[in-house]
Amino acid sequence: MEYFLELICGGLTRGAIYALIALGYTMVYGIIGLINFAHGEIYMIGAFTAFIIATALTIYGFPLAAVVIVAGLAAAVWAAAYGYTVERIAYRPLRGAPRLSPLISAIGMSFFLQNYVLLAQTADFVPFPALIPDFDFLEPYSHIIGASDLVILATTAVVMVTLTCVIRYTTIGKAMRATAQDSAMALLLGINVNRVISITFIIGSALAAIGGLLVASHIGQINFYIGFLAGIKAFAAAVLGGIGSIPGAVLGGMLLGLTESFGTGYISSDYEDVFAFSLLVLILIFKPAGLLGKATVEKV
Amino acid sequence: MPILAEIRFALRAALWFVFLTFPIMVIKADPIGQTVIWRWRNAVWVGACSFFVCLALRLWKNYRAKHPALGPSNDGGSFIHRILDHSGQRRAFLGILLAAAILFPFFASSYQTNIMITALIYVVLGLGLNIVVGMAGLLDLGFVAFYAIGAYTYALLHLHFGLGFWQSLPLGACLAALGGICLGFPVLRLRGDYLAIVTLGFGEIIRLALENWGEFSQGPSGIANIPRPGFFGMTLSLDQSILFLYFIMIVFVIATIFVVNRLRDSRIGRAWIALREDEIACQAMGIDKQKTKLAAFALGAFWAGGMGVVFAAKTTFINPASFTFLESVIILSIVVLGGMGSIVGVVCGALILVLLPEYLRALSEYRMLAFGAILVLMMIFRPQGLIPTIKSRYPLENLTDDRP
Repeated sequence: MEYFLELICGGLTRGAIYALIALGYTMVYGIIGLINFAHGEIYMIGAFTAFIIATALTIYGFPLAAVVIVAGLAAAVWAAAYGYTVERIAYRPLRGAPRLSPLISAIGMSFFLQNYVLLAQTADFVPFPALIPDFDFLEPYSHIIGASDLVILATTAVVMVTLTCVIRYTTIGKAMRATAQDSAMALLLGINVNRVISITFIIGSALAAIGGLLVASHIGQINFYIGFLAGIKAFAAAVLGGIGSIPGAVLGGMLLGLTESFGTGYISSDYEDVFAFSLLVLILIFKPAGLLGKATVEKV
Repeated sequence: MPILAEIRFALRAALWFVFLTFPIMVIKADPIGQTVIWRWRNAVWVGACSFFVCLALRLWKNYRAKHPALGPSNDGGSFIHRILDHSGQRRAFLGILLAAAILFPFFASSYQTNIMITALIYVVLGLGLNIVVGMAGLLDLGFVAFYAIGAYTYALLHLHFGLGFWQSLPLGACLAALGGICLGFPVLRLRGDYLAIVTLGFGEIIRLALENWGEFSQGPSGIANIPRPGFFGMTLSLDQSILFLYFIMIVFVIATIFVVNRLRDSRIGRAWIALREDEIACQAMGIDKQKTKLAAFALGAFWAGGMGVVFAAKTTFINPASFTFLESVIILSIVVLGGMGSIVGVVCGALILVLLPEYLRALSEYRMLAFGAILVLMMIFRPQGLIPTIKSRYPLENLTDDRP
């Protein structure tokens, strides 16, 4: 029973991270219909920025609280900046190009960013400082749920609620929904569609960076390649929930996290990554619209 | 003053890039040695480079806007096409090329011949992927899986049953084609972007299975002592067998170009191109979408499987690390750089992308960076590729001339 609970907690924590990254995919896909392959790399860059800033500040002797706040802010700010720049350079010139073009450009961008971090920093795994302190009240349950699990789940919950409110109640949220429904019409009604797309990229990237920071301090090490797998898995989560749907991304992330957790716990840990891929392939075959997505018919 | 405005714009862009790359380019924190290195020189480099690149781009854009008569430049492509269109010139050109290819190993060291074999393998891989991506418009990011299937077919058949290169070659190619069909079936209904990610997943599943299923594939340690192809039972020295493999590859490349060229002009080739241009219209014209897509996957995978066998024979050792996503990206870059759907383009693309980093050793560190950048830049500035494909036209002059 305890093992079961442990697996559930582990799965939910993983799922929360996937959900954070999947939100970026889903939002971007909802608005411009593009799979942003570079999104996983934005997550990696967020984690790396946090690592660099946190390590530097720790070496210069700043207190832990300051380190956490500055590193978290820096990760979000720089990841957002990268997301914005990637959209400006690699996607905006290709608006209206054939479908394959932005996709290939996105793959190229993802590859470029990976190797940029590899060359500018290091190819090795680097130890990530433990930014989340241990909580005393969790001590009796530490084998089931750790402090970082709790922080990850809480952060994800807060972020989800904030995001939902932003999209539902603010002007920019309304503009985003309008653009997602029909960008040409939104443009006619005076919405600056380019700005809305930029903001979508910025929000999605910042969320990915928060995910990167949390997962890095949970696992304790990062390298330039972490974005690739995380990106694909988060994409799987987004598709599972129905790409374009925000609650779907959360649901998909949680389901994927639990699947992986139970799969590795009861079957074999060698095939950890295979579960995600297989789940993705199965969903696309049997329910391509995802759990909460609407099936769309392409119109001529 | 427009030039001043451009300079101001470039300055802003440079400042933005300095800010953007600041943590990753400038700070290097070492948590073990407890040191922080500030690499300010990198910031200066980033600033200077982005300033000049941005300025050049803006000025070029302005220039093009003022001189629209120039149109899209197409010199390199049209030059090669002009040679290939003219039958006499074409024969001379291809003859010289063939002679150079045959004479090459006798003047070059076996090290360079080896590199050339690799380049030729990528030529065939590029042509194979060109069928799937370039002609049929199905973005396949797991192409390397078929390459792996071919390589492992040869390695395992040799290990367990002692089969040789020539027996394994058709088997490997056919197994890969079968793999292509197996992948094709479930993804038939998917649209372009979903297809890309499922093929990527497929490629990764194959690699992970090879890595983890130790009893079957010997896991990450790989399979060693794979024999090179023998020449009618003769045992060859190392140099001789490299030479032999080189000529096998030359024959392969010629055969592939011939087949792919004929395929493109055939009924199915036209169906692929129609599918790429507009799926719905294509269906409305009565083309069986499923069959056409499956044929593209199978034929593309067929060449990859064959090349996998050659690759295993060339390196005599394979392990799953040779078949990562990176390989798929390299092959995709070849197709995109050369020009999607263009056979001449893909051949040139493969030679450029494989040979250039080999001979510019100093730049080999930046090779991967360049592959990513090529994909992005080609899509933005020249989506048709270096040597774009030209649609065949039927000249009507002869008809009109004969009329009274």
